Amino acid sequence: MSERLRIDAAKQLGAFAFACDLDLPLSGLTAIFGASGAGKSTLINLVAGLYQPDRGRIVVGSTVFFDAAGGIRLPVERRGLGYVFQDARLFPHLSVRSNLDYGRRRANRRGDGAAVAFDAVVELLALGALLERRPHTLSGGEKQRVALGRALLAQPRLLLMDEPLASLDAARKAEILPYVERLRDEFAIPILYVSHSLDEVLRLATALVLVDAGRVVTAGSISDVLLDESVRPFLAAAEPGSLVFGVVESHDDRYQLSTLACDQFQLRVPRIDLAVGTEVRLRIPAREVALALARPSDVSITNRIEGSIESLGTQGVGHAAHALVKVRVGASTTLVVTITRESVERLALVPGLRVWCLIKSVVLDAGALVLARGRAAQRVSAQMPANDARA
Amino acid sequence: MLTSVELNALRLSLQIALVAVIASLPFAVAVAWLLARRTFVGKTLLDAIVFLPLVLPPVVIGYFLLVLLGTKGPIGGWLYETFGVRLIFTRWGAAVAAAVMSFPLMVRSIRLALEAVDRGLEFAARTLGASRFDVFFSVTLPLMLPGIVTGSIVAFATALGDFGATITFVGNVEGETQTLSLAIYSLTQTPDGDAAALRLVVISLVLALGALFVSEMLARRVRRMLGRA
Repeated sequence: MSERLRIDAAKQLGAFAFACDLDLPLSGLTAIFGASGAGKSTLINLVAGLYQPDRGRIVVGSTVFFDAAGGIRLPVERRGLGYVFQDARLFPHLSVRSNLDYGRRRANRRGDGAAVAFDAVVELLALGALLERRPHTLSGGEKQRVALGRALLAQPRLLLMDEPLASLDAARKAEILPYVERLRDEFAIPILYVSHSLDEVLRLATALVLVDAGRVVTAGSISDVLLDESVRPFLAAAEPGSLVFGVVESHDDRYQLSTLACDQFQLRVPRIDLAVGTEVRLRIPAREVALALARPSDVSITNRIEGSIESLGTQGVGHAAHALVKVRVGASTTLVVTITRESVERLALVPGLRVWCLIKSVVLDAGALVLARGRAAQRVSAQMPANDARA
Repeated sequence: MLTSVELNALRLSLQIALVAVIASLPFAVAVAWLLARRTFVGKTLLDAIVFLPLVLPPVVIGYFLLVLLGTKGPIGGWLYETFGVRLIFTRWGAAVAAAVMSFPLMVRSIRLALEAVDRGLEFAARTLGASRFDVFFSVTLPLMLPGIVTGSIVAFATALGDFGATITFVGNVEGETQTLSLAIYSLTQTPDGDAAALRLVVISLVLALGALFVSEMLARRVRRMLGRA
């Protein structure tokens, strides 16, 4: 349980220099987060053995993967990994069943026990109907599920995932995410998970490594890292949104809703299985908020909060049509809102103006789940059907 | 339908071409792998030597073979003295000549197929516990199969049709080294042999078309198997 993952390594790749010194618990799902080209994949590929570090030492539990001083370079195939790539990389000449068997047969031959059973994986990932098919007949989501199963069945001591959802559309992502969660919770295999999507990280990660320009900015448990002020700019740059702190105030059994008390306002979200009084962290994506000048009464959106405009800008928005509006809605809470520049002009928005924020949906932060898990055992997370609470 | 002489020439041609392709296939895969995947001193030289038969007159290749593999040559002499194997004027010698002539085409086709293999798949296989050796036979080779099939068939057709290298190295011995091409040549040198030559030409034509047809069919089947149809 107390095993560690130590990565102290440097690597020069052309003009790109990467260096890190990490000491992470070898458990749960550790997200490696950062912008494209920050060095996330370099980090994971040093662990995988695709690259040899120029110097340093990589130790996973009691196994030395690499040690420059000791001259140890454990071959990729003997590192006991499962690697899920962005492109599923299924073997096109083999059926789904043979793909799943590829790593398993070799693990058996080495005498690495079969802790992960074939049938259990087929059931977990719902692969039963796909077994006799060829990879080229599968959809993107199905391919990625097979890739997950294939990696699991290699009986890995460490699972590596390099943006496994990045090449899928939103619907396919939503289809795969629950599987990754179940995999994290039902098999005690530590996972290194590379991602540039904040939503994925918040939903899945128990620990976070923030990478920028070939360096590790910070690393630690998700709740610690998210509270770190120096991290805020990186999170905001990834995708504009606001972080809101709250407490579960009450549950409404009739409508299956929960009320959260935040700062000086309340939010109503689909019922969450957390005890009253539990602290939660919410993320409100900037694109999920709309603005109105008067208190709107005839709209379906329940969460309407009054505030005053703090600033207007175009920095950090993904498209030239958009503007970013910051609205102060409480003593310590500012909501970030993405609307079109046309709307800014039409509504004549200026700093100081009173506006109503209409919140379409919030994302329950995985950090809250980590806190909850510590108190109320793992059952809680298993029962949470989805953290994406459509409000 | 066919005379026994024609049948003999046909059978001999097929035999020689088949032996040539089968015997040179492992070497072609090895050379293609070296050229596609490795960097080493003398790589350019190896590349040039492999492709020489494509640019040199076949007669020159036949002459080289005669010098190297003749019973008095450095390699042929050793073979003859140690194993009692004589290549010159035998069907085995004809197979060697055919193999050398078709080797460049086979290597080129296999090398292209190898270069098209996704290295990412090979790395994925290694993360799943397969050694480099294992990866080659369980992933790389199956994915190269379309190139190996077309390369072998093209090589087979080339081996079937060689004339210059064969006649220079092993002569034109009826029943031993007289392949279809050589038989056609002999007939055209004989008075009133034109009609007989024409019959052999038709056989050659059918063989060549058949080989192309089989190649296309096999390649399509393998591609479908790999999901690239």
